[in-house]
Amino acid sequence: MTETTMKTGESFVSAVFGDAGGRITIAVLAAAAILVPVLNLLVPESSGFHVPTYIVSLLGKYLAFALLALSVDLIWGFAGILSLGHGAFFALGGYAMGMYLMRQIGDRGVYGNPLLPDFMVFLNWKELPWYWQGFDFFPFAAVMVVLVPGALALAFGWFAFRSRVTGVYLSIITQALTFALMLAFFRNDMGFGGNNGLTDFKDILGFNLQSDATRMGLFVATVVALMSGYMLCRFIVASKLGRVLKAVRDAEGRVRFLGYRVEYYKLFVFVVSAMLAGIAGALYVPQVGIINPGEFAPANSIEIIVWVAVGGRGSLHGAILGAILVNYAKTYLTGAIPEIWLFALGGLFVAVTVFLPKGIVGTIPAWSFGSDGLRKLVPSKEQPSPGEAP
Amino acid sequence: MSDLHASPEKRDTILYLDGISVSFDGFKALNSLSFYVLAGELRAIIGPNGAGKTTMMDVVTGKTRPDEGQVVFNGGVDLTALDEARIANLGIGRKFQKPTVFENQTVFENLELALSGNRRIFEALFFRLNGEQHDRIEETLETIGLRDRRDVQAGDLSHGQKQWLEIGMLLMQDPHLLLVDEPAAGMTDAETEQTAVLLKRIAGDRSVVVVEHDMEFVRSLESRVTVLHEGSVLAEGSLDVVQNDERVVEVYLGR
Repeated sequence: MTETTMKTGESFVSAVFGDAGGRITIAVLAAAAILVPVLNLLVPESSGFHVPTYIVSLLGKYLAFALLALSVDLIWGFAGILSLGHGAFFALGGYAMGMYLMRQIGDRGVYGNPLLPDFMVFLNWKELPWYWQGFDFFPFAAVMVVLVPGALALAFGWFAFRSRVTGVYLSIITQALTFALMLAFFRNDMGFGGNNGLTDFKDILGFNLQSDATRMGLFVATVVALMSGYMLCRFIVASKLGRVLKAVRDAEGRVRFLGYRVEYYKLFVFVVSAMLAGIAGALYVPQVGIINPGEFAPANSIEIIVWVAVGGRGSLHGAILGAILVNYAKTYLTGAIPEIWLFALGGLFVAVTVFLPKGIVGTIPAWSFGSDGLRKLVPSKEQPSPGEAP
Repeated sequence: MSDLHASPEKRDTILYLDGISVSFDGFKALNSLSFYVLAGELRAIIGPNGAGKTTMMDVVTGKTRPDEGQVVFNGGVDLTALDEARIANLGIGRKFQKPTVFENQTVFENLELALSGNRRIFEALFFRLNGEQHDRIEETLETIGLRDRRDVQAGDLSHGQKQWLEIGMLLMQDPHLLLVDEPAAGMTDAETEQTAVLLKRIAGDRSVVVVEHDMEFVRSLESRVTVLHEGSVLAEGSLDVVQNDERVVEVYLGR
C-alpha cells in the first residue's frame, strides 16, 4: 500500500513537473501568490511598485477565467469533447457561492428582513424556499459549488455519451443546455433573483468584501485553486487514463474495440471538468460582486472556446495563457474603444484558426516542449519511455 | 450445401454463426449466414464487393445487431446480446480495413493501451506498467517487427507498419479470436509477404479470420477459404477447390 502510494506520488510529481510548460506555470503562479500581496499590502501607495486593489481583483477575475479555460481544455483538448455550454457549470458554481453571500447579508438588506433576501421580500415571498436551506453554512455552500455542476454534468453526460452523441451534435446540445438554464434563471419564480441575479454582497466568512485584505485573500485563494486545478489536470492527462482519452479523441471506435467503455471515460472527465468550472465560478462571484443569468448566455461559453484556441488547445498552460491574454485585451479594448470589442474577438478567433491553428503555445516550440504541440511540429527522434521523467 | 453446415463439435469451435440475417433499408446484407471457425484455425473469407464480409465482422464484434440468428463464441456465449467493449473483453480482437492506430502516441504507448487487463477508470488513473507487462510489450514489438520503431509516433509510421502495429495491438489484448479486415490492402509486395507470415505465426495459439480481396495473399495464407456471396456462404474449402467451383467463377467473372 505504502509502495503504491509512493509510486503514485512519484508519478504525480513527474506528471506535474516533468514538463517545462508545467514548471513555468507553477513557478509563475507561485510567484504571483507571493508578489502580488507584497506589492499591494506592504509597498506604500506612493511607490511606483504598488499594485492597487482594483488591479488585484482584476487579476483574480482573470485567474478564475483561467481555471474555467483549463476545465474546457481538459475535455476539448484531451478528450475531443467540444462543450459550447461550459459557462453553465461556471454560473451554477457562481450561483451556489452567491446564495451563500446573500445569506451572509442577514438583516442588512434594504428591507432589513432577517429571514429573506431583498428580492424575495420584493416578490412578497413569506418564507425561504427549500433549496435555499443550508446556504447560510459555508461548508454546505462549498460542497454545492462542486456538487451541483458535477451532478448536472453526470446526468447530461450519462445520456449524451451513452447515446454516443459526438462532435457537432454534442456541441449543439451543450449550447441548448446553457440556453435553457439562462431562460430558467431569468424567471423571477425560480427564486434566484431573476433578471437582477444575486448582488449587494457584504461579507464572506465574516470578512468585509470591500476591504483590501479580503480582496487579497480571494486573489490568493484563486491562485491556489488554479494551481491545484492545473496539477490535477496535468496528473489526469499524464496518466494512462489521459492517454485513453487522447485515444478516444483520435480514434474512438478503436478504443471501444480494445474493450474500453468509452462513455464512462468521457463521463469521468466531463464531470471533473464541470466541477472545476463550478469552482472557477465560485471564486469569480465574490470578486466581481454579482452573479446574474447573463453568465449562462451561449456567447459566454463560446468566448471560453476562443480563450483556449488562442492559448493553444491541448496544452494546459496554453489555456491559462489564452484566458489571461484575451481577457486583458477585453478589459483594455472595452475601456478604450468599446464598440470594436466584439469585432476584435471575432477577428481574433478567425485569425487564430487560420494562422495559429495550434494557438500561441503550440506555435512557439520552446513553450510546448514535451506537449503534443512540439511533436506535431517537429517529428521527434527520441521520446522518453513511458513512466520515466525526461 | 448441407455438408458445409454440419453441426460442429462444440469443444473445437471458437465461433459459430447460426442463421444470421441483417438488412439495411430492405437490402439484405447478410442472408441467413452460417459458418463456423475452429479453435486455432486460420480462415480466409473472400467474396465480391457487397457480399457481406464487413457486415459479418460488425455483427461478431457487436457493432451491428442482427435481425435474426445467433453468434456463439467459445462454446456458449451469444454475442448478439453484448456491446463492443464486452465482446472485446471476452477475447475478440478486430482490425479495421483502414489502419486505425493512435497517431499522436508512440508505438510503445499504442501497445500499452491495448494491453489486456482491467479497463476500469480508476485503475487507469493510477496505472503503472510492471516488469512482466513491459516484457510482453517488448515481445509483441519483436513479433510485429517494430522493435526499432518503439518510440516513434504512430502517425509517422508507413502504411504497412501501421497495419502491423494494429495487429500487434490485437495481440496485446490476448484474444482467442482475431478478425482482420483486408490486412494487405495498400501494402507493397514485400510487406504483403511479411504480413502473411505474421498471420500464420499468430494462428495456432488463437483463431484468425482474415477478410481479403487479394488472391495471391489468400494463397500465401494456405488456409481454408470461405466464399461469401449476397450475404451467405457460396463455397468453402481449400483455395484450389473454391477457385474451380463453377458458382464461384460465375460470381467473380460473370458480371
